[in-house]
Amino acid sequence: MNVVVCVKQIPDPAAPPALDPGSKNLVRDGKLILDDSDAYGVEMALQLADAAGGGEVTLVSMAPNGEVSGLRTALAMGAAKAILVSDPVLAGSDSLGTAKVLAAAITRAEPDLILAATESSDGYTGTTPVQIAEILGMPSVTFAKKVEVTGSSVKVERQTEAGYDEVECPLPAVVTVTAGVVEPRYPSFKGIMAAKSKPVENLTVADLGIDAGQVGAAGARQEITNVAPADARAAGEIVVDEGEGHLRVIEFLEQLKVL
Amino acid sequence: MTIAKIWVVAEVVDGAPTTTSLELLSHARSLADGVEAVVWGDGAAAAGTLGEYGATTVHDVGDLGGALPGAPVAASIAAAVAGGAGPDAVLLPATYDGRDIAGRLSVKLDRPVLTNVVDLTETDGGLASQHAIFGGTEILTARFTAEGPGIFVVRAKSFPAEPSGGAPAAVVAAPAPDTGAANAARIVARHVEERTGPKLDEADVVVSGGRGLGEKEQYAMIEQLASLLHGAAGASRAIVDAGWVPYSHQVGQTGKTVKPTVYMACGISGATQHMVGMKNSKNIVAINKDQDAPIFQVADLGIVGDVHKVVPKLIEALQARG
Repeated sequence: MNVVVCVKQIPDPAAPPALDPGSKNLVRDGKLILDDSDAYGVEMALQLADAAGGGEVTLVSMAPNGEVSGLRTALAMGAAKAILVSDPVLAGSDSLGTAKVLAAAITRAEPDLILAATESSDGYTGTTPVQIAEILGMPSVTFAKKVEVTGSSVKVERQTEAGYDEVECPLPAVVTVTAGVVEPRYPSFKGIMAAKSKPVENLTVADLGIDAGQVGAAGARQEITNVAPADARAAGEIVVDEGEGHLRVIEFLEQLKVL
Repeated sequence: MTIAKIWVVAEVVDGAPTTTSLELLSHARSLADGVEAVVWGDGAAAAGTLGEYGATTVHDVGDLGGALPGAPVAASIAAAVAGGAGPDAVLLPATYDGRDIAGRLSVKLDRPVLTNVVDLTETDGGLASQHAIFGGTEILTARFTAEGPGIFVVRAKSFPAEPSGGAPAAVVAAPAPDTGAANAARIVARHVEERTGPKLDEADVVVSGGRGLGEKEQYAMIEQLASLLHGAAGASRAIVDAGWVPYSHQVGQTGKTVKPTVYMACGISGATQHMVGMKNSKNIVAINKDQDAPIFQVADLGIVGDVHKVVPKLIEALQARG
């Protein structure tokens, strides 16, 4: 079974995020790393391919400046290869533009199953995987907390507001997995060494046969008009607990008539 | 382009529209003269309430036969747009199904989507949306720049739900055209997780635990404290990811948005992911041993201390009150 995992390489979340003063887009020029949220999809893909008795896990990513650091992390976990779409014309793409690019790249890997995180940690639009499914004419099951493949169908436990639904879906399909669905493995030293020589196919928008006017800032049909500080909350009271801190909480709850 | 007609995708559970659906209808009335709703399943049964909150018409996609709503509901709306009877904007709740419908509708209409919307205003004859970014410290304003309906996915509790006293909405059948393989997923069973006490997003008091609890077993004291305060127990993404508590408890950017009278964060540092979901609570109490934790910047009352000491004492004191 061939599984494609969509992975995003994002600015290190530990560093303060910044917006480009002109476009107001998130600055993504520096070193990028594998989005933590995507490690779950990679782990799930590796486990499903194993359980199916073979097949390849292919990573698909879109990133500026030919960035591969995040891909190498996922390759070190055990993915076989990667397809990276990197092209200056892609800067400023909205989620639909991104989905068009990823969908075109995904079809090259001829997957039975496409996995993605429910949303990225930096932009968190959360619609790209479903847009990919719609572009490819495939079914999708989002917010999976358990995924099992049997023959030519996938069975998913999907989060709902009240609990979860069991959903059955024929392959090929797009499934998004919630964080925590599996425990991502740490890359071994051997894995890290092997990842250095695993194939990464570099593609441009033209390679995918996509019109450059459809993607990037040129194709984006939304714009950011303003960014301003939110109303700050007034500074609160800070109490250092020396054994009596809980009493102040009780008092506070009494003042609010919660008690 | 002026905004004459807005469609609200309304989710109906057990015959009643969800609160977020009513919030969207209420706000839509201030933006457009024509406000209509889209429902599926037994949603048409809620035409009375939907009308009371401002919908004049309910477009009923009908029984989905176990399918997930994403593909058929998007196809129904896209068919109306193609037929010239569509809206100028579609508002959807930021729920599991709402996002699915928005993503598929976006492709069908070849229009982008704006998600995580926390406010919508009229501007130059169109709509501008506001989004809380960087953990809610900055507000970003965005708008669509091309013709065609705007698709906005709006977070819960962005607007108050206020009835307009409207008459029951007229129900119009709007069955989905065949969407083929895209609509092949089927729900074969539904499971409701047991819950004691109020719902997380409706509770007056929410007590949440985070990584500072140290280990899974310690979450029991969060549940106990929540129960003593007649509230609901929540969690940060860190401990949901770690498998300590089910995803349904998660408060944050992914997960629930809460706005209780009191939000009590125990052992939560206040990552941006978490802040987006609770920053607008009326009162925030934080208990954390790290005095530099970002959660203290939004706390009305911050206790710098060990949750393993403060919370048990709090529980004991509440129990003593009876």
